[in-house]
Amino acid sequence: PCPANEVFIPPKFCDNRIVSSKYTVWNFLPKNLFEQFRRIANFYFLIIFLVQVIVDTPTSPVTSGLPLFFVITVTAIKQGYEDWLRHKADNEVNKYRVTVLEDGRRIRKESEKIKVGDVLEVEENETFPCDLILLQSSRDDGTCFVTTASLDGESNHKTHYTVPDTESDVESLNATIECEQPQPDLYKFVGRMHIYKNNEEPVLRSLGPENLLLKGATLKNTQRICGVAVYTGMETKMALNYQGKSQKRSVVEKSINAFLLVYLCILVSKALVCTTLKYVWQSKPGQDEPWYNEKTKKEKETNLYLNMFTDFLSFMVLFNFIIPVSMYVTVEMQKFLGSFFISWDKDFFDSEIKEGALVNTSDLNEELGQVEYVFTDKTGTLTQNNMEFIECCIDGHQYKYRDASSEVDGFCVTDGPVNRLQQKAGREREELFLRALCLCHTVQVKESTEQEVVPPPEEQRGFIASSPDEIALVKGAMRYGFTFLGLESKTMKLLNRNNDVEIYDLLHVLNFDPVRRRMSVIVRSKSGDTLLFCKGADSSIFPRVRQEEVERIRMHVERNAKEGYRTLCVAYKYLSEEEYVQVDSGLREARLALQDREQKLMAVYNQVETGMNLIGATAVEDRLQEEAAATMEALQGAGMKIWVLTGDKMETAKSTCYACRLFQRNTELLELTVRTLEFIGKRREDQLHDLLLEYHKKTNLSSLYCRSWSTQDYGFIVDGATLSMVLNSSSENNTNNYKNLFLQICQNCTTVLCCRMAPLQKAQIVKMVKNSKGSPITLSVGDGANDVSMILEAHVGIGIKGKEGRQAVRNSDYAIPKLKHLKKLLLAHGHLYYVRIAHLVQYFFYKNLCFILPQFLYQFFCGYSQQPLYDAAYLTMYNICFTSMPILAYSLLEQHISIEILLDNATLYREIGKNAMLRWGPFLYWTLLGVFHGLVFFFGVWFLFSNPALQDNGQVFGNWSYGTIVFTILVFTVTLKLALDTRHWTWINHFVIWGSLAFYVFFSFFWGGVIWPFMSQQRLYFVFANMLSSVSAWLVIIMLILLSLLPEILYVVLHKPRAPHARQSSTGGLQSPRSSARPLLMRTFSDESNTVI
Amino acid sequence: MLLKLGGHCSFQDFSEESCHGPGSDEMVQEENEFTNRPDNTAFTQQRLPAWQPILSAGIVIPGFVLIGLAFIGVGVALFVTSRSIQVLERDYTGDESGTPCASCANSNVQNSFGFCFPQSQGPVFFYYGLSNYFQNYRRYGTSKDDNQLYGVLKYFTSPSDNCAPYAYNSNNQPIVPCGSIANSMFNDTFKLYQTVNGTRQEVSLDGKGIAWWTDYNIKYRNPTNNPLKDAFNGSNSGLFYRNFLINPIYWSKPAYELDTSDPSNNGFVNQDFLVWMRRAALPDFRKLYRRISQDKYPDGLPAGNYSLEITYNYRVYRFSGKKKVVFSNVSWMGGKNEFLGIAYLVVGSMCVFMSIVMLIVYAKFKFPDEE
Repeated sequence: PCPANEVFIPPKFCDNRIVSSKYTVWNFLPKNLFEQFRRIANFYFLIIFLVQVIVDTPTSPVTSGLPLFFVITVTAIKQGYEDWLRHKADNEVNKYRVTVLEDGRRIRKESEKIKVGDVLEVEENETFPCDLILLQSSRDDGTCFVTTASLDGESNHKTHYTVPDTESDVESLNATIECEQPQPDLYKFVGRMHIYKNNEEPVLRSLGPENLLLKGATLKNTQRICGVAVYTGMETKMALNYQGKSQKRSVVEKSINAFLLVYLCILVSKALVCTTLKYVWQSKPGQDEPWYNEKTKKEKETNLYLNMFTDFLSFMVLFNFIIPVSMYVTVEMQKFLGSFFISWDKDFFDSEIKEGALVNTSDLNEELGQVEYVFTDKTGTLTQNNMEFIECCIDGHQYKYRDASSEVDGFCVTDGPVNRLQQKAGREREELFLRALCLCHTVQVKESTEQEVVPPPEEQRGFIASSPDEIALVKGAMRYGFTFLGLESKTMKLLNRNNDVEIYDLLHVLNFDPVRRRMSVIVRSKSGDTLLFCKGADSSIFPRVRQEEVERIRMHVERNAKEGYRTLCVAYKYLSEEEYVQVDSGLREARLALQDREQKLMAVYNQVETGMNLIGATAVEDRLQEEAAATMEALQGAGMKIWVLTGDKMETAKSTCYACRLFQRNTELLELTVRTLEFIGKRREDQLHDLLLEYHKKTNLSSLYCRSWSTQDYGFIVDGATLSMVLNSSSENNTNNYKNLFLQICQNCTTVLCCRMAPLQKAQIVKMVKNSKGSPITLSVGDGANDVSMILEAHVGIGIKGKEGRQAVRNSDYAIPKLKHLKKLLLAHGHLYYVRIAHLVQYFFYKNLCFILPQFLYQFFCGYSQQPLYDAAYLTMYNICFTSMPILAYSLLEQHISIEILLDNATLYREIGKNAMLRWGPFLYWTLLGVFHGLVFFFGVWFLFSNPALQDNGQVFGNWSYGTIVFTILVFTVTLKLALDTRHWTWINHFVIWGSLAFYVFFSFFWGGVIWPFMSQQRLYFVFANMLSSVSAWLVIIMLILLSLLPEILYVVLHKPRAPHARQSSTGGLQSPRSSARPLLMRTFSDESNTVI
Repeated sequence: MLLKLGGHCSFQDFSEESCHGPGSDEMVQEENEFTNRPDNTAFTQQRLPAWQPILSAGIVIPGFVLIGLAFIGVGVALFVTSRSIQVLERDYTGDESGTPCASCANSNVQNSFGFCFPQSQGPVFFYYGLSNYFQNYRRYGTSKDDNQLYGVLKYFTSPSDNCAPYAYNSNNQPIVPCGSIANSMFNDTFKLYQTVNGTRQEVSLDGKGIAWWTDYNIKYRNPTNNPLKDAFNGSNSGLFYRNFLINPIYWSKPAYELDTSDPSNNGFVNQDFLVWMRRAALPDFRKLYRRISQDKYPDGLPAGNYSLEITYNYRVYRFSGKKKVVFSNVSWMGGKNEFLGIAYLVVGSMCVFMSIVMLIVYAKFKFPDEE
C-alpha cells in the first residue's frame, strides 16, 4: 500500500461521515422549537399564550395553549420523522463495510472511518464510499466503467481512467496528490499527482475528472478497482450537491398573509373599541363598581393606564381566535396529503419507464392551477429525444435511406427538391463520410454479459452514449455498411462495407461542449495518416471549413432544418506529423494545467479545428412527444401563453412549433433575429429599435380592436443573440424601453419562440416575465440539464423524466414521465387544488369570523368585562375538532367539476386564473357572510333571551345556556354551509360532515354530563342537556340555521354551476380561436409530415 | 387516419408478443411493474363514487314551499301560544312616583301593593326581575368556588382566590359561601294575598323545583356534617379550623338557616340560592321566585284582587337598576316570547315568497341548463 507521507497530509480533513440529518436526539427539542417559533404565526400564538399566563385574562391559557401545542407537536413529529428517515439513510451509508488496503492487508472497515489518503478496493456493482482517484483497475486497459445514475441520473456507463504510471505497482507506489478545494461541480476536477520512485526525479501526472470516481456512483463492468480517497464525507461532490433548494412560495400563501393582516387589524380594532367603550361606560356613576361587584384590593390599587393596557390585552386574548391557529396545520396537511393524488394518479404512469409522477414539493399544488406562462424546452420535451437517422448529404448529394432490403447496398439517392442531378458523390467521399460517422463520437459498445436474460432488440443492441444523437448517427452508419465494433485500449475497430475490420488508434477526443457546439477526434489510421474528424452544428462548423464547400451543403442543412430535423455537419482534416506533434503537446500541456485548464483546452481546440474540409451533413429526426400538439392546444385553450425556449436552430424549432400547432397557418410570424436585423444601410441597433416599434404597433392594434373570434394570431420569434441585445442594450435608458416593448409584444402574441438560447438565457427570460407587470405565474417544463436553471427560476418547475438524465427531475417541483401528462396535471389537478385550497382559506377566515363576532357583540351586554360567550372547551375545540375535519375532507376530495369535464374544456381553467377566488372581492363576500352569520346568531338568541324562561317548567336559562345555543347554531351552520358548497359527496364527506356534527353533540353531552374533578368550575354541567329539553331552544336553533343559510341556498340555486357546454358558449367571446375539434383539412403540411402516426 | 391508427395498434401488439420471452420473464416484468404502478383504487384515482347534488329549481321550489309552509305552521302555533300566555308585570323599584310601589325604596320594611289578576289558563309562575344588573360581569361570574359549593370542607377554610374580595373578611375569616355571586344574593321576600270578600287570604307559594334539578341534586352539595350548622359556623367537632367561618357580608342569616321551614332546603342546596347562582345571560333578566302551588290552585290563579307584600331589602337604585315582579303562566314553549313566533312567520313567508319568485323566473326564462 501507499505509505502516507506525513508531511503532505494536513491533519484537518473531515471524516467520511455523511450527515444529512438536521437534529440529534439531544438538540431536537430546542432546535426544532426555535425553528418553529420563527414562523410569525406560531410566534403570535406563543405571545397570546404568554399573555394569558401572565395577565388575568378571560380564558385560561389552555384554550390557546392546547391548539398551539397540537400544532407544534404535529409539526415536530413530522419533522422528527423525516429526520429519523435521514438518520437511517445516513447510517446505512456510514456503516457500510468497505475494504481498505493497509500494510498489504485487506481490512474491512465501516465507511465512516475512511480517512483521506486511504486506499480502497471496490468491487463490481458496489458504490464508491467517497471520492476516489483511480489507481488500478482489473481491466487491462486501465479503465473502469461507472454509472452515475444516483448522482445525475445518467444511466449510461462512463469510462474513467487510471492515473498513468500507477497502474502496475500500486503496492509500492509512493505519491502525493495535490488537488483543488472541494467544489460541487460534478464534472470538474483539477489536481496533480507526484509519484516518487526510488531517488528518481518525481513524476508529475495531471488529474482530471476522468480519474475521479465520485461517491455515489457505481462500478460497472469492471471486477475491482483500487483508488485513493481524496474527498471524504461532507466534502465529497455528492454531499456538496445535496444542498436545499430555495423555497418557493405560492400566491395563495401571499393571499393568506394579506388576509391575515386584515384580520389582525380587525382584531386590534375590536380590542380597541371594547377597551375604549369600557372606560366610557365605567365613567358613568354607579357602573364602575356596583356594590354587588366590588373590586379586589389589588385592582383598586393598580394604575389606570396599566389597567387599560391589561384590558386591551385581555380583549386581544378573548378575540384572538379570529386568527385561526389550526389553519396553518390544515393547509399544510391539505398540501401534504393532497400531493399524494398526483403521485398516485395512474394516468401519469408510463409503462415504458415504469414510473409515475413525482412530487418533490407539496407547497405548490395550487400554483398548478394558476399558470399563465408556460416555458417549454424543445428537445426531449416537445420532442421525444428519440433520434432516428433520416438522411445525409455528402458533397451536396442527398442520400436517403429507404429500406435496406430493397436496395442492393442499402444506399439510394433520391431526387430531393433541391438536388435535381441524380448522381452520387464519389465512393471515397462516401466512405470517408461514413468513417467519420463511425469514428467521431464517444459511443461505447455494451459488452454483453451472461446475466442478461432478455436480449435487447436488434436495433437497440449494444450502444451506450450520453447523447441519443450519437447513437442515431452510429446506427445510421451501420445501416450503410459501416459498423462500429468498439473501442479497446485506445483503438477503434470498425467493420467496413467489404466486411474488413479497420483499426484506428484513437489519439485524442476533443469533447463536446455546448459553447463550441462541436466535437472532434484525432485518429491515426493503419496506414499512418493522422486524421481529425469533427462534427457539430452548422453555425460552428461553417466558419471553420473552406468556404467554397459550404454553399452546396448549406442548402441541404437549411431544408432539413425546416422539416424539423436536427442537422449536424461533418468535416475532416489531415494532420501532418508536425502539426500533430504540436497539437499533442498543446493538449497535454493544457490538460496538466492546474489553473484555467478549461480555457487553455478551449484555445487548443479552437486552434486545431480550423481549415477543415466539409464532407457532408446528417439529418436526424426527433419525433414529437405523444400528444404534444393536443397538449399544447389544450394549454393554449386554457389561456396560457406558451414560450418555446430552445438551444436549437430557428428553422428546426419553427417547424417543431408548426408541428405542435403552436404556430398555425394563419399565424403571422414576427421575427426578431440576427437575420432580420441585417438590414442594409442601418445599424443593427436602429433596426432593432424600428422592428420593435413596428411589431409593438401591430400587436397592440390587434389586441385593442380585434377581441372577436377572428383575432389575428401572432407568433414571435427571437434568437439568443438578439435577445441579449434587447436585454443588454448600450444605454441604460434604451434597455428599459426595449425590455418593455419586447415584453408587450410578447404578451400580445399567442406563442413566442426563442431559439439559440443558452441555459442561462432561458432563466433570464423566465425571470423577466416573472417580474413583469402583474407578476404572472410561470411554469417551466424541461428534461435536460440545460433546463435546470429555468426550472429553478420559474414559479413552478416541471421535469420530464426523459432521456437526458435526471438533473431536471431532481431540481423540479413536479416530475412527469411525458409531456402529455402536463395537461392533466394543470387542467385537472391544478384546477382542483386551487379551488380546494382557495375555498379552504376563505372558509377558515369565515368560520372564525362568525365564531368570534358573537363574543365581540356580547361585550356590549356584559359591561365590557371580557366575559367569554362560549365555554373554554368550546373555544378550544371549535377549530380543532368540531369544524376541522369537514373542511379538510372537502379540500382533499372536492371536485366541483369532474375531472373529465375539466380535461375536455380547457377554457374552464381561465375562470380561476389570476387568483380569482382569493382576490379582495371574494374575500369581502366571505367576510360579509361571516358578519351576517355572526349577527344572526347573536341577535337571534338575544331576542329569545328577552325572556329567559325557556323551559315548560318555568325555569330560566343562564349565560352558559346562551353561549351554548349560539355555539350549537354556529357549529351546525358552519358545517352545513360547507355541505352546501360540497359538490362531490363521497362517503368520506358524508362520514366527516355528519360525524363532526354527531361528535359535537356527543361531546357536549359528555362534557356537560360529568363533574370534572380537575376543573375549578363546572360551568357547562348539564347545560347542553337542559338546552335540548327546551322546545324554544330547538326552534330557535333550527330557525336561525335556516335563516343563515337562506341567502346561500338562493345563491346556489340562482347561480348554480351550469353544465359545461352552457359555460362554453357563455364565455365564447374570450375563447381562443383554436377549438379542440379542428377540421383535419386545416392542418398544415408540416404537421402532417412531423406528427407521429 | 383511422386505418393507420389501427395498423399501428396491431403492429404494436404483435411486437410486444414477440418481444416477451418465456412466461417466467413476463411474470417478473409484471411484478416489477406492479410495484411501481400506482394503486388503481377509486380513492387514489379520485374516482370515489360520489353523490353530486344539484339544487335545481325542480327540487328547490317545492322544497322551499314545504319548508315555508312548515315554518308558517310552527310560527302560527308559537304566535298563538305566546299570545295566550298571560303575563302580569309590576315594577316595584319605588324610586318613581306613580309606580305600584312608589315609596317602597324609602321604607325598608314591609310594603305591599295590590293588583287584579284575571283567571289564568294554567299554573302561574312568580318571577322577580332585575335590570341593569350585570350578573354576566366576568369578574363577578368567576367569583365563586365550585369545589366549596360541592361541599368539600377543605375549601371552606381556604376558599379559592377567585372569590376575592369576598373570600375572607377584614379579620381574615373565611366566608362561606364565598364570592361576589353568593354575597349579592337576592334577598327581597314576597307574600301574595288574595283579597276575597275583604279578607286577605295568603296564597301558598311553592319553592320546590325552581332551580335546575341537576343543580339541586348533583352540582351543589352540602357537607355531610349533621347537623348542617356545624359545617357552616365553624364549631365543627372533627375539623380544626384556624378561624371561624362567617356568613357572606350582605347576608342577614347564615346559610344553614335560609329556609327555616324545610331543613333539606338549606346550605348550598337552597333553591333560591341555586337560582341566584345560575348567572343570567343579559343585564335585564328575570329569575323564578316561586310557583303558585298546584295542589291548592290546580287550574292556576282564580281571577280576583291580589296584594303583594314585599320585604324590601335589595338596593338597586345606586346603579340605577330596576326591580319587578312578574306573574306568568308558561306553555310548552316556556314563557311568553313573541319573537319566536314572529320570526318563524317571517322566515316561513320569506321561503314561500322566494319560491314564488323563483317559480316566476323559472316559468319566464327557464334556467339555462334545464332543456
